[in-house]
Amino acid sequence: MNPISSRRALLFGGACFCCLPAHGRAAAAAGPFATEEVAPGIYIRRGVDQEATRPNRDAIANIGFIVGRNAVLVTDSGGSLADGERLRATIRATTDRPIRYVVISHVHPDHSFGAAAFREDAPVFVGHDRLAAALATRGEFYRRRLAALLGAGRAGSVVMPTMEIKGSAEIDLGGRIISLHAHGTAHTDCDLSLFDHQSGLLLPADLLFVRRMPSLDGSLPGWLHELDVLQAIGAARAVPGHGPVAVDWAPAVAPLRRYLTVLRNETEKAVAAGVGIEQAVRTVGRSEAGDWVLFDDYNGWNVTEAYQELEWQ
Amino acid sequence: MKKALFAVALLGLVTTLAPPPARASDAATARARRWHALSETIFGKRPLLDGSGMVSLDAPYRALDAALVPIKITLAEGRNVKSVYLIIDENPAPLAARITFGPDAAPHELKLRVRVNDYTDMQAVAETADGKLYMTRRFIKASGGCSAPVGEDDAAALAGIGRMKLNLLRPFTVNSPLEAQLLIRHPNFNGMQMNQLTRLYTPARFIDKVDITYNGSLVLHMDSDISLSTNPAITFGFVPHGPGTLEVVAHDSQGTVFRHGFALPLTSD
Repeated sequence: MNPISSRRALLFGGACFCCLPAHGRAAAAAGPFATEEVAPGIYIRRGVDQEATRPNRDAIANIGFIVGRNAVLVTDSGGSLADGERLRATIRATTDRPIRYVVISHVHPDHSFGAAAFREDAPVFVGHDRLAAALATRGEFYRRRLAALLGAGRAGSVVMPTMEIKGSAEIDLGGRIISLHAHGTAHTDCDLSLFDHQSGLLLPADLLFVRRMPSLDGSLPGWLHELDVLQAIGAARAVPGHGPVAVDWAPAVAPLRRYLTVLRNETEKAVAAGVGIEQAVRTVGRSEAGDWVLFDDYNGWNVTEAYQELEWQ
Repeated sequence: MKKALFAVALLGLVTTLAPPPARASDAATARARRWHALSETIFGKRPLLDGSGMVSLDAPYRALDAALVPIKITLAEGRNVKSVYLIIDENPAPLAARITFGPDAAPHELKLRVRVNDYTDMQAVAETADGKLYMTRRFIKASGGCSAPVGEDDAAALAGIGRMKLNLLRPFTVNSPLEAQLLIRHPNFNGMQMNQLTRLYTPARFIDKVDITYNGSLVLHMDSDISLSTNPAITFGFVPHGPGTLEVVAHDSQGTVFRHGFALPLTSD
């Protein structure tokens, strides 16, 4: 078996982690890591463009925190307890303001499993109103896989949201208003985006992938639609869920929209021509191969998801 | 048949509790032992003959999506085959489907989409008219297809339940074999998915019987289980002896019956 277990496998179950020995908590201390201050008071750690592995602790998503006058908001918390602990150490090295909010942008483990590191702060855990159901259904599945990959002590546990967002809401960090928006089914069925009014920075989490191959786990037309919803906010800059820590929105979203459009058009064509799903996964989207890191790890999955959605339209 | 599926499902529950084997050779032994138990439950003491040249099974070696693994069963001498079994050893309900062909079938190729819960052997067994069983096996790398739930909530999953689509994969020609794909809108809940409103696990509800007839004559009958993917899809062949109606009657484990008739040749395409 492939010794490098993948995030795709973690999410969707393509590979087996059961053969990897489980270790206890790693000796490596949960010390601070480097972040970039992408706007005043907003610190983001760049996730590596890799699959989840034991050495990288599933620290593959862009995560960080926003500091207001009275409180700190974490978004996202990290890909594992170990990743979350390092984020918490980083926050404590930066500010002594209380960590009042921990956002879980969606159900995927690379964005949700750091949350357990913040339990001692007793924050409000914020998520989409469909997040709890998604975590209840998949959380244990993710936890087992993450534990097999990283060791039980480093994986973390499922943390449920205590503040559920339906539609839109605002959080005040003390002179700093953060808008939250619960999206329709897109990347997943529980995507939450944030907008910081002070800096004008948009934090769409995994609704925006830059250079790293996107994964489709919700709805393809839905995702294209939610990109329009985000566009309408009019933010000039954004923090992608994967990719550089901050980007100009318009040039960053264009390749994602192009890939999703190619995926939609070519899958629709395959469905109409009676090309089976087993063939379509080999042919659809190939023109995009050179433009994305980890293309081959996700494209076949994405085609499978797109196909089974579009064949019913 | 229903009883056999149930017995096999129980066997699946019992044997998945056994500790995992430590070494590769142990794994091979465990797989062989499991198949021995399964085949005895399904086929009793009947001998399973080498299916080379008779039946073949195509599936990706490594699944892209364990909840939707496309498989293809090819039957070299389809006319002599009366039924086909698909068995996925490591699934909670290993007997994924049993398909029995009627007089109007052209059983050359069958395609299904299945869930695969763990690295597993998969067998296709063809039963010929004279009662002989021919087996072929594949090993497939996938995991989580059953425990990983469908990615949508119950309301969305249940929307349009029982809707059907028929795609003809060749032009309709009287008296010549026609390949068709049938899609049935059904969540095929496997009992491991949660309702977002009640926060209770949605009870298993899955397509367990499908009858396809053409102008009243049986094309095929399928018994199935939770191993079929959400929105079951089956690609099959039959010989239309003239224009007529392809009638599908699908039955699910809660006793709901879904019917749809397709007038052929299709005019909408």
